[in-house]
Amino acid sequence: MEKINVKINGRDYGAAKNSTILEACREASVEVPTLCYMKGVNEPGSCRICLVEVKGARSLVAACVAPANEGMEIFTNTKAVQKARKINLELILSDHKKDCLSCIRNQNCELQKMCKDFSVDDENYFKGDRNEYKTEGSTEYLVRDNNKCILCRRCVAACEKLQDISVIGANDRGFSTHIGCAFEMDLSDVACVGCGQCIVACPTGALSEKDDTRQIWEAIEDPSKHVVVCAAPSIRATLGECFGMEPGSFVEGKMVAALKRLGFDGVYDMNMTADLTIMEEANELIDRIKNNGRLPLITSCSPGWIQYCEYYYPEFTENLSTCKSPQQMFGAVYKSYYAKKKNLDPKDVFVVSVIPCTAKKFEIARDGQSANGVRDVDAAVTTRELGRMITKAGINFNNLPDEKFDSPIETGSGAGMIFGATGGVMEAALRTAAETIMGEPLEKLDFEEVRGIEGVKKAAYKLGDLEVKVAVASGTANAKKILEAVKSGELDVQFVEIMGCPGGCINGGGQPVQPMSVRNFTDLKTARSKALYDADAKLKVRKSHENPVIKELYDNYLGEPGGEKAHHLLHTHYTKRNKYKK
Amino acid sequence: MKKKMTTVTFKGTPEQEAQLIQVIGEYKNTKGALMPVLQKAQAIYGYLPLEVQKIVAEGMDVSLAEIYGVITFYSQFLLNPKGDVAIDVCMGTACYVRGAGDILDKISGSLGVKSGETSDDGRYSLEGVRCIGACGLAPVITINGSVYGRLKLGEVDKILDKYKEKNI
Ligand code: SF4
Ligand code: SF4
Ligand code: SF4
Ligand code: FES
Ligand code: FES
Repeated sequence: MEKINVKINGRDYGAAKNSTILEACREASVEVPTLCYMKGVNEPGSCRICLVEVKGARSLVAACVAPANEGMEIFTNTKAVQKARKINLELILSDHKKDCLSCIRNQNCELQKMCKDFSVDDENYFKGDRNEYKTEGSTEYLVRDNNKCILCRRCVAACEKLQDISVIGANDRGFSTHIGCAFEMDLSDVACVGCGQCIVACPTGALSEKDDTRQIWEAIEDPSKHVVVCAAPSIRATLGECFGMEPGSFVEGKMVAALKRLGFDGVYDMNMTADLTIMEEANELIDRIKNNGRLPLITSCSPGWIQYCEYYYPEFTENLSTCKSPQQMFGAVYKSYYAKKKNLDPKDVFVVSVIPCTAKKFEIARDGQSANGVRDVDAAVTTRELGRMITKAGINFNNLPDEKFDSPIETGSGAGMIFGATGGVMEAALRTAAETIMGEPLEKLDFEEVRGIEGVKKAAYKLGDLEVKVAVASGTANAKKILEAVKSGELDVQFVEIMGCPGGCINGGGQPVQPMSVRNFTDLKTARSKALYDADAKLKVRKSHENPVIKELYDNYLGEPGGEKAHHLLHTHYTKRNKYKK
Repeated sequence: MKKKMTTVTFKGTPEQEAQLIQVIGEYKNTKGALMPVLQKAQAIYGYLPLEVQKIVAEGMDVSLAEIYGVITFYSQFLLNPKGDVAIDVCMGTACYVRGAGDILDKISGSLGVKSGETSDDGRYSLEGVRCIGACGLAPVITINGSVYGRLKLGEVDKILDKYKEKNI
């Protein structure tokens, strides 16, 4: 890599050519604070927190966007810099509802940290007019409190650039400027898909998931309820971050131990119902290919993606797999087969799922997700909510021993494990579809071409005498690219995996929020998905159809994949929606 | 100032829509063309309600959220149609110190129309505006362009009465 020479705070450093001042400083281990900057997504250079002094420049320079040049002399900690930062922070705080004590982001707030770091603490600065906003919580999954919004617009950029959805924006001007939907409509009145990418982009407590932990505590306390919990594949790759661990820490054993200590009557592995999804979906794929069904078949386990399809590409709803997501399949089989085995009335069973995804909160309330006369799943909580429950219960996560899931839903295959990363569902389905078609074991289980965090991936495989062309997209902006290519005839594929969030579930909108000082410089998606692929490689059972729990379930209850019982419990339907609700 | 949503029923005609679609056709592939398209749309309809913004959003492949953001940022764009009786109250400094605020409140109370809004039947609209350059006459209001200066609170209702009867 070509290098340039810069001087930072009087010392000489090398920096990569074409880097910004911020990047050059980072390379030299000199911290420059940022607020609005979100690499590649939001680079307006507008918050002016990252100001530095550059020798020869007439005014202070925004380090996040200004390029570092050969021979540049940069000062990050002069009196002028400190003063400017402080004034900018004071301006932000003058219109900020400072209730850190009860704020959801207390101790994980970029603004709070900055105020502490730069000693912005004089209450007198913050007197004067302040906007008073109502909190908006019209959806099942998101709460917006504009009283804590600093107008960095990272949420707007996430929705527009990462997801290509753009249902929020900055309305009005001057002191009245605020983030909202067109015509001040509620979020539930616009075509928001619930992905939560705006939440994980937010530096403050202005955006958060709707908290559903209360009803879980209540259910656990209620002796008439049988309360079970099921953890999605990706949670074990991210939960550690809630307790200060490095991104990519694999904490399955501690997660199970923590769930057991919270008082659930059963702690189960959603990897198993991910396997169940594969059994049904691989069957559906083969069936559609052999019987000239609607192709390409598109995966259906990401409810953010499902909503996107329904709103923005309703012409593709017939392409969606009718398979429920692993979360819903868990609820459906637990409240039928397993409840019966335990002599439980489905009405007394309370199913909790821990998921990486805010969209899962409305999935549980959808039509066609109540196979046993009651909702398949009663409460869906994100990784962050589980983290808070563990803290509240006084469990010292980092010191927990490794424990194992409860029988009978204790085993998931490696195929179920990798569901949490983009390409994982595709690979899991290919493992099973290939062996089903060929009738003999695969030599190599790794489908490398569909791995990795690129937004769009394509590959072709020969499964026996069947050639299957596939594509994988993560993030709805990339989904759009694939759908447009399919529509125009430019892309000819039979099977498509789409995840609503960039990188898949490991980067879902319900995952731990990492500050931009980490996210801008660390590849979270790769670190987190590596944890899942490594775990898969170490497992004995790596194919869904070889999972003994799955075999038992089909032998003793479901019969055949796609059979009548499976159809009733494990499949659903979709709705074409109008993106303008009003 | 925060813009208000309109409650006036949309009365756009197919001719207006055809005109707008033609404008969009002309600008569709030009970068940064949203401003001129919105200006022309406002020239066609007189204001930019949800119905018009949706046509622009679909035609220009821009989100409604972005369009609404632009419209509420620039004061030249109107979310409300002007009423048949359009009342502007000058809120410039000279008028303000001579009680323009009270006058605005008074008119608002008498007509039941809030500042920045238009009555549901589309008859009255009320707006606080910047200095209209008649400071010597402060406080000043205009109704459909006619100027009423050195206004006293007690005179407001009499003036409004004139517009009640007239077939405007
Ligand atoms: S957003 Fe941050 S600074 Fe504001 S109240 Fe919450 S924790 Fe405190
Ligand atoms: S949840 Fe997703 S679609 Fe909805 S506003 Fe946030 S980023 Fe946009
Ligand atoms: S809601 Fe959060 S991300 Fe969006 S502008 Fe406000 S502070 Fe920034
Ligand atoms: S201007 Fe650089 S971080 Fe906002
Ligand atoms: S201030 Fe009202 S006319 Fe100038």
